[in-house]
Amino acid sequence: MMTESRKSDLAAANRRLVWRLLLLTTAMFGFGFAMVPIYDVLCEVTGLNGKTGGRVVAAQPMQVDASRTVTVEFVANLNLGAPWEFAPSVARMQVHPGQFYQTHFRAKNLASQPMTGQAIPSVAPGLAASHFQKIECFCFNHQRFQAGEGKEMPVTFRIDPDLPSEVRTVTLSYTFFRIDDAGG
Amino acid sequence: MSISRIAQGSSALTSAALLLWSGGAHAEYALNMPRGVTTISHDVYDLHMQIFWICVIIGMVVFGVMFWSIYHHRKSRGAVPAQFHESTVIEVLWTLIPMLILIAMAVPATKTLIRMYDTRDADLTIKVTGYQWRWQYDYLDEGVKFFSTLATPQSQIRNATAKGEHYLLEVDNPLVVPVGKKIRILTTAADVIHSWWVPELGWKKDAVPGFINEAWTEIQKPGVYRGQCAELCGRDHGFMPIVVKAVPEAEFQQWLAQMKAQNATPTASDSNPRTMQSNTDSPTVVGGQTL
Amino acid sequence: MSAASHATDHDHDHDHGPAQGLSRWLLTTNHKDIGTLYLLFSLTMFFIGGSMALVIRAELFQPGLQIVDPYFFNQMTTLHALVMIFGAVMPAFVGLANWLIPMMIGAPDMALPRMNNWSFWIMPFAFTLLLSTLFMPGGGPAGGWTLYPPLVLQTGQAFPFVILAIHMMGVSSIMGAINIIATILNLRAPGMTLMKMPLFVWTWLITAFLLIAVMPVLAGAVTMLLTDKFFGTSFFNAAGGGDPVMFQHIFWFFGHPEVYIMILPAFGIISQIIPTFARKPLFGYASMVYATASIAFLSFLVWAHHMFTVGMPLRGELFFMYATMLIAVPTGVKVFNWISTMWHGAMTFETPMLFSIAFVVLFTIGGFSGLMLAIAPADFQYHDTYFVVAHFHYVLVPGAVFSIIAAAYYWLPKWTGHMYDEKLGQLHFWLSVIGVNVLFFPQHFLGLAGMPRRIPDYALQFAEFNMVSTIGAFLFGFSQLLFAYNVIQTIRGGAKATDQVWEGAHGLEWTLSSPPPYHTFTTAPEVK
Repeated sequence: MMTESRKSDLAAANRRLVWRLLLLTTAMFGFGFAMVPIYDVLCEVTGLNGKTGGRVVAAQPMQVDASRTVTVEFVANLNLGAPWEFAPSVARMQVHPGQFYQTHFRAKNLASQPMTGQAIPSVAPGLAASHFQKIECFCFNHQRFQAGEGKEMPVTFRIDPDLPSEVRTVTLSYTFFRIDDAGG
Repeated sequence: MSISRIAQGSSALTSAALLLWSGGAHAEYALNMPRGVTTISHDVYDLHMQIFWICVIIGMVVFGVMFWSIYHHRKSRGAVPAQFHESTVIEVLWTLIPMLILIAMAVPATKTLIRMYDTRDADLTIKVTGYQWRWQYDYLDEGVKFFSTLATPQSQIRNATAKGEHYLLEVDNPLVVPVGKKIRILTTAADVIHSWWVPELGWKKDAVPGFINEAWTEIQKPGVYRGQCAELCGRDHGFMPIVVKAVPEAEFQQWLAQMKAQNATPTASDSNPRTMQSNTDSPTVVGGQTL
Repeated sequence: MSAASHATDHDHDHDHGPAQGLSRWLLTTNHKDIGTLYLLFSLTMFFIGGSMALVIRAELFQPGLQIVDPYFFNQMTTLHALVMIFGAVMPAFVGLANWLIPMMIGAPDMALPRMNNWSFWIMPFAFTLLLSTLFMPGGGPAGGWTLYPPLVLQTGQAFPFVILAIHMMGVSSIMGAINIIATILNLRAPGMTLMKMPLFVWTWLITAFLLIAVMPVLAGAVTMLLTDKFFGTSFFNAAGGGDPVMFQHIFWFFGHPEVYIMILPAFGIISQIIPTFARKPLFGYASMVYATASIAFLSFLVWAHHMFTVGMPLRGELFFMYATMLIAVPTGVKVFNWISTMWHGAMTFETPMLFSIAFVVLFTIGGFSGLMLAIAPADFQYHDTYFVVAHFHYVLVPGAVFSIIAAAYYWLPKWTGHMYDEKLGQLHFWLSVIGVNVLFFPQHFLGLAGMPRRIPDYALQFAEFNMVSTIGAFLFGFSQLLFAYNVIQTIRGGAKATDQVWEGAHGLEWTLSSPPPYHTFTTAPEVK
């Protein structure tokens, strides 16, 4: 038979353990959410999902590597429910790493009411994503279109000369999502 | 449903094991991974077979020992239980030996994987976009762009008419590609995640909305190769096949010119695919609604 | 391993039997009652989830759409998985833990009996809610049990209820896990050191930690889905700067350890049963414990092998490929240990042993296909095909489910005091083992030949093996009615079981009478 004091010791031990385990549970719940920023960092470092880095402000001039030519392909996609016409003005460019280039994407609202869209960039191969720098991009802001309005939207970018040498073609893709009323 | 079909089915099972040994049995029912029509698919097939045989050999040894023991060390044969119950030497051995086997497996796997990731110097880039529930192909440098939709008539699916040879694996507009050229394929999607898979090419790649993935292939043999969407994408996930038609370069150029001519005459806007029937709109009768 | 110094349990004057009627089951805090409730709940869910599987297999019997609408088919595949994983396999293991852990470590009950009652009674509500979504406008969840966005966000009105049900299951599992850890760490009888504990207790201790580590992560992931759908967040929505693939990373961070949550207790069960019927101590007890722990550890490092095709950088693919291959090592150690336990034993082949041997063989086959799937370049072919379906059903049905059935036959005489019908048990075994192989083996061929998973209709070259598979499914499914019948008959009566039940059985639970009194080990036994 268990003595009373052993019983209360046990109850205290159980309580302690339960609190610790609950703490662990809470911590792991938090960890689930912490994976969101961790994932973003990992993506930035490894190019896990081909997301490009954000805006490069006051870009430092870089040594232009004229001996190397990289092909940049431009791709335009529309998410479903985005009633636009959307296309790059040129399909591809030959660029030297380190130098800035500008190109345009054309978009036209085909609907009979105003629409707001957001373009989401993605780079393939993912390895190149962190070496793709933009100082000007229509993807930095929501784009509002009047009914039937068409726009030429610029992108100014450069390829970091640190781009791994095995990468010779970089694809820059934009997907237009409609963000008003339809949600996403 | 005839009895002969059932008999055929059960004989298929009994002959399955036999056929597996005989290698690429090309019967009506395939048993093994297709060897495919690209160097990568050959590598993948060889890798698959290597690992398979290693597993078979390990399995035969392990199960052989076990069944030998089950036969000999049974109480009904008067076996007396030994009492040994540990041996560090043996434990270390059967940790190390599998490690070595695994390393031997990892080497060719790594090599193949590195080759699969080498998308350099492609001759042609095609963007593949997944929609609920069809594919869109876009020849980026050529301005040729079209949808590819299931061509099997509903009557076959609903068992009203006899099913054709390529039931569910036929489309209105196949993806036409030249043989002997390195083709870079970019995948993305317009709504939910899809996955573009043609077994004969040796890989599949997910198509994720908002993101772009790349892969490549170089088909060596002209022919028609069929595949399907491999990522659950809603109601008609099973009904968005892929057909790749690999043709000689000249024929490809001819086809391309023809497509460009067609595109010159305005067709339906590609930015607005057929009205999506949202899953949530289509009432589902619980308990089984027969189509 | 360990033996009790004194065998029986004395009736103390304050001892009382169970309350009568429904309130006994509603209000019970007794580990045996709660164990029984869990096991019966699990059996019920096994049949519900099994019926869904039969709907799936019936539709796939022939090419063409015959029985159900494709969208309903998708609801069936989704719910079949959720019901079997969270409703059948996990509660069965928790039920076994409830019944057995206190009896195996010489504890009077679970450490937190009232929480035990709650953690069980959440389950029926969670599953009633989950199953009721089938009748909601827009139907039940149909995006697969993996709940990948954006597809899962297309679910109809059922969506928040599915998330709520998953939260409830998670809370139940976490409470169960906390209880099990507290019981094992705080209530062991004097002398029952950690390295003397039966392997079933060890595997459950490790499983419980896995549960606490990953169920909250699942809760986080589904919460993010919920806020994405209703509160305008963009965790997984590319348009708002999110990434749908991130869900897959978070989900599989939960999902891969979850796979081991469903198999580690099975390893424990098999490690109890094989020594009994080989009449020989378990070979390599310590290495079994270490192997279990290393499998659990590795399970946190391999999640992305479920996502080889989403487009990861080469380095990521290589890391996850190597880490996954590594899991074969401790798993192999376990299989070798079981076979060494049989080696030079004096084996008899009662039903629990038959199921255990089938477990070793068929689980290992599932392990082999798992190794093949680990090879990333080959996985580009296998991924999302019936080859994967065959693989995980081999480890879950003749793996986890066979171990549960083996456990039921093995301990049923102890629990009820009656021997089950051995002939019927063996018939059940042979029908099950034949059925399960006819059901799942051809699915390897289907997958290799190019049949994607989760499709309601297929091309003609897949017809033969689908037909065979469906025949196997019905054979396997209906054979389980024999099991239910045998269990019910054993509860109701039958030949009297001895206290030790099995000639070769060792461990504290076998020192108790059969059936054990309502309260056991109120005085802790002394373990030498």
